[in-house]
This record gives sequence, structure tokens and C-alpha cells, in this order.
Amino acid sequence: MIYRTLFPRDIFSELDRLQRDMQQAFEFSPSIRGLARGGFPGLNVGQTAKSVEVYAFVPGLDPADIDIQLEKGVLTIAGERQASMPAKNDEATVHIDERFSGRFRRVVALPDDINPDAVDARYRDGVLHISIQRREAAQPRRITIQ
Amino acid sequence: MTEQKKAAETPATGHGESVLMPPVDVIEDASGITLYADLPGVPKDKVSIQVEANTLTVEGDITLDVPEEMVSSHAEVALPRFRRIFTLSKELDGEKVTADFNQGVLKLRIPKAAHAQPRKIEIRMN
Repeated sequence: MIYRTLFPRDIFSELDRLQRDMQQAFEFSPSIRGLARGGFPGLNVGQTAKSVEVYAFVPGLDPADIDIQLEKGVLTIAGERQASMPAKNDEATVHIDERFSGRFRRVVALPDDINPDAVDARYRDGVLHISIQRREAAQPRRITIQ
Repeated sequence: MTEQKKAAETPATGHGESVLMPPVDVIEDASGITLYADLPGVPKDKVSIQVEANTLTVEGDITLDVPEEMVSSHAEVALPRFRRIFTLSKELDGEKVTADFNQGVLKLRIPKAAHAQPRKIEIRMN
């Protein structure tokens, strides 16, 4: 924390700055689809010339309980994770409770050139890996000079 | 069981690298402690659980099948290793820890030593 002078010379510019600071502090997500960091599941996204690869870190789920939808270039991953907490009447003490439980939903906007009919999803070691092929036309082509 | 915050940042194993801290649930009942840890992307053979003196270390290396030419454009899981270190209190029996690992979730059961189990004391009436 940097301390500022108690008697600003220009109160309006100081207020402006305060407002900017507040906005930065509360604006977690620059994306219109919200919540980027710290959400569940964690997402990694990468691209190759032929495909878009999405990795969702959803440990401890039955693949049948994960719902993946692709609509108009928007990929949605949703589901529900059960809590590991003991029943209330059990004589148990919860010391740390950090793992996510409950319903989740994450959305990824995909590039325009993906082929919605060529999607492959696998679940292994708690990671959902979705691979979406891109259309042939979008792949770079070398043009020979005649 | 308490957690060594400092140790998690600069682990005693000598690796200076930064690691991911897995989220955990720790639940205690009369006979012991159950610990759940989320280690997504870690295959079973890359999970390591060590009990040394009164220190419990949980580690895991993430293995993803990433196409060779892939360029990452967004990464929330940006480090390849999980690690978290806990200090076990005296009444816990570190020798008898049992572990289950299923689809990225580790479940550890740390029983309390026999002498630390709760006993009901009868009141004698004379």
C-alpha cells in the first residue's frame, strides 16, 4: 500500500483516481461471460492449427454427471459436485472446507472456424478434455506461384 | 492437524519451484481424521504421500495429453505440480495412514492412536 498525501492539491483528480482503484479492485472479470479466475472448474484453453483444446479440471465426478453443450460457437460445461461433508448429526468436526461443492457452470466462447460436428470429449484423472476440430478452409494453405 | 504455511511456500525438499496448493477438506471424528484433496490431472502413479516425523506431505504431478503444437491461450492451472504440507499432532498415528485415489480426488484416513481414542468413564455408585 502506498500512502498518499493527506491534502491533495486537486480533489477531483484524487476522486477520479479513487474511483479507478475501486473499479480495478472489484472488476474480477474483463470478459462479458464473467468469472474468470478462482471459479470451478479451472479451465485451460489452447489452440493448434487444426483444433481448439479445452481442459476443465473437475475432479471426482462421474462423466455421466457432466453436461457439455455446444451451441452457436459457445461451449458450456455444467454439472454438480457432491459435498464430502459429514451429515449434520454425525459427531464430526470440519477443520478445513475448501473444496468446491454444488452446481457449477462454465462457458467458453470458441473461434468462428470450429466444426461443431467434430467434437471429442474425454474424462481422465479428473480432467475433462474437449477437443474441437477447426474447419479445413480455415487452416493455412500454401499457394504456389506459377 | 495444523498446516505449515511457511513450509508450503519454501518446501523442505529443496525444490525452489512454485507449486499449486490443492484445495482440501479436513474432517475429524472420534477415531481419526479424513482428508480430501483435489488433484485433477494427476495420474495415480504420480501421487506421493509422505509421512516423516510429524509432517504429512501430499504431492502430485499433473500430466495432460496436450498436442505438441498447441499454443496456450488461457491457463488457470498454470503450474505442473501440486504440493501441500501438514503437521500432524501427537495423537494421530502417521504409520497407519490409508489412501484412496479416484478421478483426481485423494482421500486420506489418519487414525488416532489407540491411547487417544475417546473413552467413556463410568461413574461408580457406592
